[in-house]
Order: sequence, then C-alpha cells, then structure tokens
Amino acid sequence: MKWPVALIIGLGLTVVFVLAALLSFVWTPHEVEALNIAAKLQKPGSAHLLGTDHFGRDILSMLMVGARTSIAVAVVAVGIGMGLGVPLGLLAAARHGSWLDDLVMRGNDLVFAFPSLVIAILITAVFGPSALNAIIAIGIFNMPVFARVTRGGALSVWTLDYILAARVAGKSRLRISLEHILPNIANLLIVQGTIQFSLGILAEAGLSYVGLGAQPPLPSWGRMLADSQTMISFAPHLAIFPGLAIIATVLGLNLIGDGLRDLLDPRIRRER
Amino acid sequence: MLRFILSRALTLALSLLVASLVIFAVIEVIPGDPAAFMLGLNAEPDTVAALRTELGLDGSLPERYLRWVGGMLTGDFGISYTYQVPVAELVGARLGVSLPLALFALLLSTVIALPVGLFAAARQGRPTDWAIMGATQFGIAIPNFWFAMILVVIFAIQLRWFSAGGFPGWDQGFWINIKALLLPAIALALPQAAILARVMRSAVLEVLSQDFIRTARAKGLNQRQTLIHHAFRNALIPVLTIIGLQFSFLIAGAIIIENVFFLPGLGRLIFQGITQRDLIVVESVVMLLVFAVILVTFLVDIAYALADPRLRRPE
Repeated sequence: MKWPVALIIGLGLTVVFVLAALLSFVWTPHEVEALNIAAKLQKPGSAHLLGTDHFGRDILSMLMVGARTSIAVAVVAVGIGMGLGVPLGLLAAARHGSWLDDLVMRGNDLVFAFPSLVIAILITAVFGPSALNAIIAIGIFNMPVFARVTRGGALSVWTLDYILAARVAGKSRLRISLEHILPNIANLLIVQGTIQFSLGILAEAGLSYVGLGAQPPLPSWGRMLADSQTMISFAPHLAIFPGLAIIATVLGLNLIGDGLRDLLDPRIRRER
Repeated sequence: MLRFILSRALTLALSLLVASLVIFAVIEVIPGDPAAFMLGLNAEPDTVAALRTELGLDGSLPERYLRWVGGMLTGDFGISYTYQVPVAELVGARLGVSLPLALFALLLSTVIALPVGLFAAARQGRPTDWAIMGATQFGIAIPNFWFAMILVVIFAIQLRWFSAGGFPGWDQGFWINIKALLLPAIALALPQAAILARVMRSAVLEVLSQDFIRTARAKGLNQRQTLIHHAFRNALIPVLTIIGLQFSFLIAGAIIIENVFFLPGLGRLIFQGITQRDLIVVESVVMLLVFAVILVTFLVDIAYALADPRLRRPE
C-alpha cells in the first residue's frame, strides 16, 4: 500500500521531536539549568546552536527538555480524554435512544460550553497553576470529543448484520461493544487521537504562556515564549525558536492525522 | 418552528442551570474559607469575619447559590473585592474591548476564509488547491499568541506602524481603537481562518457533487455562475455551524491575546482576578463566558433550522 505524502512528512517531523525529548533524558548540548550570565542573550552560533536566553541558558537544550513537558502533558491529557470519553460513547451507542444516551450527549454539550482555557482558569483559581492542572483541564476538554466520535462510529457499526447475528447468538451489549464495536472504530479513534494530541500541544503552550501551566523550573515551550516577550525587540531568537518548535510538532501531528485518515479509509475524501 | 425554538430554549436554560451549579461547586470546593483564601495567610480574624459577612458566606449552601444566581439574573454580580466596584460595572467596561475584538476577528476570518475556501474548491486537485491547503495546515499549527508576538516585532517595533499594545478607550474616537485592535484581531483570526477555509472548501466540494449542480451546468450556467449562485450559498449552512463553534475558541483565544497586547478586556480581568484571589470576579466572568458560548450555540441552532427546514424535526 502506498503511504500518503502527508503521513510520511508528519511522521518525520513527529519522530524528530519525540527523539529529541527522549534524548534529553540522557544528553543535552548544555546543562539546562546551568546559568551563565556572561554568555547571556547570545545569537545563534557555534557555541550555542540556537543561542542563549537572558540567564545564559542554552535554547536548544531548553527546547529539548520542553518537548518532554509538551509531549507528556498532551499524551496524558489525550489518555484521560480517551479513557473517559470512549466508554461513555460506547455506552451511549449501546443504549441508543435511552435516557442514558441523552444524558451522555447533553453532558457533552455542557462540557463543550466550557472552553479548555476557561476550565483551566477554574481549576487554577482553586488549586493553583501547575502542569498537572493543565493536564486535567485539557483532559476534561478532550472527553466529549472522544465520546462524540465513539458514539457516532459505534452507532453505524451497530446497524450491521453481523452485530445482529451476535445479538441473536446471545452476546450481551457489553461484550458486543468490546469485542466487535471497539475494534471496528479503532481507526477513527486513532485519527482523532492524533488531532487531539496536536490540539493538546497547542493548549499546553497557551496555558503555560499565560502562566496557568508548567511552573518553573520545569522548562516548557509556552513559558519560554512568555519569558521572551519583554526581550523580543533585541533578542527575537528567544521567541522564534520555541514558536517554530510548536508549529513543527503540531503540523507533524496534523499531517499524521490527515495521512492516516487517507490510508485507513480510502473512501472518504481528504477534507477536514 | 415554535416547538423547535421552545425545546432549544429549554435545553439552553437547563445547560445554564447545570453550568452555574458546576461553577458554584468548583468555587465552593476551595479548601477552607473563601474569605480566608482571598485575604491570604496573614489576615486578621476580624477582617476575615467582616469579609465573610460582606460576601454573604454566612448562609447555607443553597441559600448562597440562590443569592448568587438571583443576583446575576437581576444584573447584580456582587462587588469586586480588589476593585471595590460592582463586578457588573467592571465586566461592562471590559466587554467594550473583548466583544469588539472577538467580532473583529470573526469578521476578518470569515472575509478571508470563505473566498479562499471557495477558490480552492474550484481548483480542486490543482497546484493552487494544494498550495492553499498546505498554507491552511500551517495556519492551524501556528499558536495565535506566537503569531501575535511576531506581528508586534514586525509592525510595531520594526516598522512602527502600530503601537505594541494598549487600548485608548472608545471616548478617544473610533478609528484609533480599531487601529489598536487590528493586530490582535489578525492574530486571533489567522488559525480560525485556516480552519474555516478548509471547512468551506469541503462544504463547496460536497455541494458541487450534487445533482442540481449538474442541472445548473446543463442549463448553460458557466462555472463561475454555478459557484456563486448555487455552490456558495448552499455551502454556507455547514460553514455557519463552524463559525458558531469557533466563537468558543475566539473567546479562549481573546483571553490569551489580550495578554500579549495588554488590552484591558475580560481576559486581563480574569487573570488579575486569579492572581489577586478575587473569586467573585473569576466566578462571575467564567459564568458570563460560558453563558455567551451556550447562547451562541443556541442562536446558531435556530439560524440553522431557519435555513434548513429538515432540521426542525426532532431527532
């Protein structure tokens, strides 16, 4: 089978960032927390490939460790969203038309009314800002997305003949959901998962930028951007590189999502 | 149609009720006494007790909830602890910045995205289409606050065409404020425009595959006429829904963008509320934002049903 170009480019970009994040556990070009005021605000050069910040910290090293934060927050948040949303969606589909279905869908609409940032603001107002609270906020926001996609996909599978056969054979709705429905909508969930992953990276960056996400000393792309803001007129490289890192990661994940959709389901046109 | 509106209005009211309960519960969850929380660790017991009375924390839970909701229904959002002015007054002043910003951004993204999406659909599969779709991928991936910072560097610091932030206020004249909101609105509009252009393109393609388009071509309309008179108008229906959904993202985006440009809008207010532990402000502004999103969803549903009678039937 021929792989879509988007998928190859997307995988390439994503692999680079995942590898950089993993590599940062054992090696970074410079010590991330090493302050070196003498070498502060250096332009990109041979000593520091992407330059240094106002404390003389190496930008490339910070980006590598920041990738860790971004990826970890997004992965866990998507995991929470899937872990809660998929069972709810399966349940709603299995009991289609009942009060349970209604309850799940109305609950979804309600969560949709709280933009992720507003959820984060509420959580932060109560528990204070932290990476964990960012994860919870993004996770809650992901839940209705997965519930809706799961329900939609599951409903169409439920109408198929072999499901009827399974019911006639005496399988419970739970077993049918787990053994027949879930494997059949796995494609859908994987594609949605990559898209939510990229949205999670963007959301984490936004939350950290306004100070509601990862707190110092945990490096994060969003906070690097926030820190760079006062120095942007004389040290634009401080803002440019973290921004490019976010763009490349999000772009990579979105391309994977698009490419996978094409690969897994040739019937649907490339569209969004 | 009336039935449809009534059932939607009922859902709207229920959503608002549940949302207010959730927000109230979250604020109530705060460990310890909200008054002590707001005043910090070193507060005198007398001060805390005074604030408790002022906030109306002495009553029972349901009593306090009813007072909060009842107050909001009559336009009384309480008194901001840090500003010592009614929250309604604060919110009113800040809305004068946030609402024009969100609408400006919505206008920009719609004006950019619809023609671009239509154009890409008309050139489906050709290099122009590929270039536009590639560009929208970038547009979606760019964080709007980063784009805002880059805009500031180029247009405010290098070219000095705009100020880097701030808002003169509507009493200073109309155009000067529009100018102050232009860069923030562009930053806010870009990712939305990218998404909207993609939606527009697929909506137009969907319509173009319908039989009545073939009929239109067969009766002698050229491609341009078909696109404008038939495809564009029919594609607007799904696009309208997305525009409605985007409102929620615009609100969230505006909160962040206001921080980049130091605009005195709701976003700044909410962050000041958090850092100064002004829970009354946070609680009310969050409720207001959620209300705005739910209301827009309601209005879009109605508009959608007006445009497409098939949707008026119950599901």
